[in-house]
Amino acid sequence: MTIVEKILARAGGKKKVIPNEIVMAKVDVAMSHENADVVLKSFQEIGVKKVWDPEKIVILFDHRVPAESEKTATTHKRIREFVREQGIKHFYDLKEGICHQILPEFGHCRPGEVLVGTDSHTTTHGAFGTFATGIGGTEMAGVWATGELWLKVPESIKIIVKGKFRKYVSAKDLILYIIGQLKADGADYKSVEFCGPAISEMSIASRMVLTNLSMEMGAKNAFILPDEKTIEFVKSTTSKPFEVVLPDKDAEYLETLEYDVSDLPPQIACPHSVDNVKPVREVAGLKIHQVLIGSCTNGRLEDLAVAAEILEGKKIHPDVRLLVIPASRKVYLEALKAGYIEIFLKAGALILNPGCGPCLGAHQGLLAAGEVCVSTTNRNFKGRMGSPDSFIYLTSPATAAKSALTGEITEPL
Amino acid sequence: MIKGRVYKFGDNINTDDIYPGRYLSITTDREEMAKHCFELAYPDFLKTARPGDIIVAGKNFGCGSSREQAATCLKYFGISVVIAESFARIFYRNAINLGLPILIAPGITKRVEHGDMLEVDLEKGIVKNLRTNDEIKTIPLPSFILEILSEGGLVPYLRKKLGSGEKGGNK
Ligand code: SF4
Repeated sequence: MTIVEKILARAGGKKKVIPNEIVMAKVDVAMSHENADVVLKSFQEIGVKKVWDPEKIVILFDHRVPAESEKTATTHKRIREFVREQGIKHFYDLKEGICHQILPEFGHCRPGEVLVGTDSHTTTHGAFGTFATGIGGTEMAGVWATGELWLKVPESIKIIVKGKFRKYVSAKDLILYIIGQLKADGADYKSVEFCGPAISEMSIASRMVLTNLSMEMGAKNAFILPDEKTIEFVKSTTSKPFEVVLPDKDAEYLETLEYDVSDLPPQIACPHSVDNVKPVREVAGLKIHQVLIGSCTNGRLEDLAVAAEILEGKKIHPDVRLLVIPASRKVYLEALKAGYIEIFLKAGALILNPGCGPCLGAHQGLLAAGEVCVSTTNRNFKGRMGSPDSFIYLTSPATAAKSALTGEITEPL
Repeated sequence: MIKGRVYKFGDNINTDDIYPGRYLSITTDREEMAKHCFELAYPDFLKTARPGDIIVAGKNFGCGSSREQAATCLKYFGISVVIAESFARIFYRNAINLGLPILIAPGITKRVEHGDMLEVDLEKGIVKNLRTNDEIKTIPLPSFILEILSEGGLVPYLRKKLGSGEKGGNK
């Protein structure tokens, strides 16, 4: 069996499952952010008084922090009250950061478990060998009430990655390249497994970039096969026991794909779809107005480190606004200690509080009609970050930082 | 049997197209959500679509975020069924859980035009184009999904199953 088959078989109380079989899976972690409010409404409509397990639910605020409107403030308040009333143990109020950074930081991602979240990029947590997938609010209400949900066992695609990245080329460039090849529906409903020497070399943060963006090729979930590095990381965040699940040697895959990153140049996803990917040099020279470094894709310490390396001692282009958003309070603190924050400030950047920021177009730095933004986020849909007549280009932190200096899309080296 | 007029879309219609991110702060007022279907990406929709219409779309309908509002706004607008070549999975699940009927019909965009009248048999999974008399087979829904749909979505389905309906909590 593949890793997804094994995990879902166990979660469904079965010895063996095959693709397309439907299982009622027991959930280990159920995460919601502000949209817990949508969940709450459906939960109340179901009419159950108590959630199934207040220890297994995680709620946090990240999408609109601090509240940008009275409406959001009221939503936050309602959820805080619900959390208190139900005794939900793992609640991270607006000071902590983005859900997909907070879950691993606080030890909620463990190999072999089933994690669902009311956020499409919940696929991120497959970086820890967890079956992790996004679900809707009403469905989450069902999970809050019963602790389980129906899941169709997906077919699997194996992606083997070899080679060594060139300087300033990273996991973001690789996954954009893969999405450009496979397209937005290339992995629809599928489970994607990443493995190979280049993946073993990768840091935990870089691995999370791959699983985060797998969503953008339609994947139901994605895995980095857990190894020593994974186990060490997970043990450093939780004392809860877990059992590593790996695929069998004779597991069956729909497809096996191989990539070598050695010659991969920096990549860029052009408006208005994530699969519209080109080498950065093909769009180099395009004038830009805003650069965003942050998000659940690339707001981690290593991302800020590479941006700081490029920006150190320099000033950003006078026509460019550079927004830097550390993915979490912890990342912020570490970046502060490492001196990155000072480098950004001296370069002319605006540092925003940990959270989603303008990534979803809710607040904090939206775009006007005609403006161009280079962003390290994961979506460039029309109007995603403000005006429907603005343009979002997705890149690595290195390309974003370099472009902030020149005022135009620029390769980092 | 569902009968309705076709409103047609292309491939890869994402959830930002269906329900703009700027309205995500509307979390509970479903009638209000319905006022923003396709507002930015396809402004004509709100001017010309009518309750009862059937959406026919290409590949990967509903890709993008997990926002349930994308399915909710269509349901409360009055879309009777969404038929697409394929769906993004979270949208597919959301639609079922909200009781918005949904069918996968490979090849349908070539056999149905904007404005055609269709007759849809959900249980049999058959779509009939009344203009061309063409009968289009879709991938039939598994029985427990039909069950959720026939109860009107996951909430009423669970209320019945858990027997929790009468005890209140529901306004
Ligand atoms: S940073 Fe952007 S993509 Fe990530 S969870 Fe927040 S809104 Fe979603």
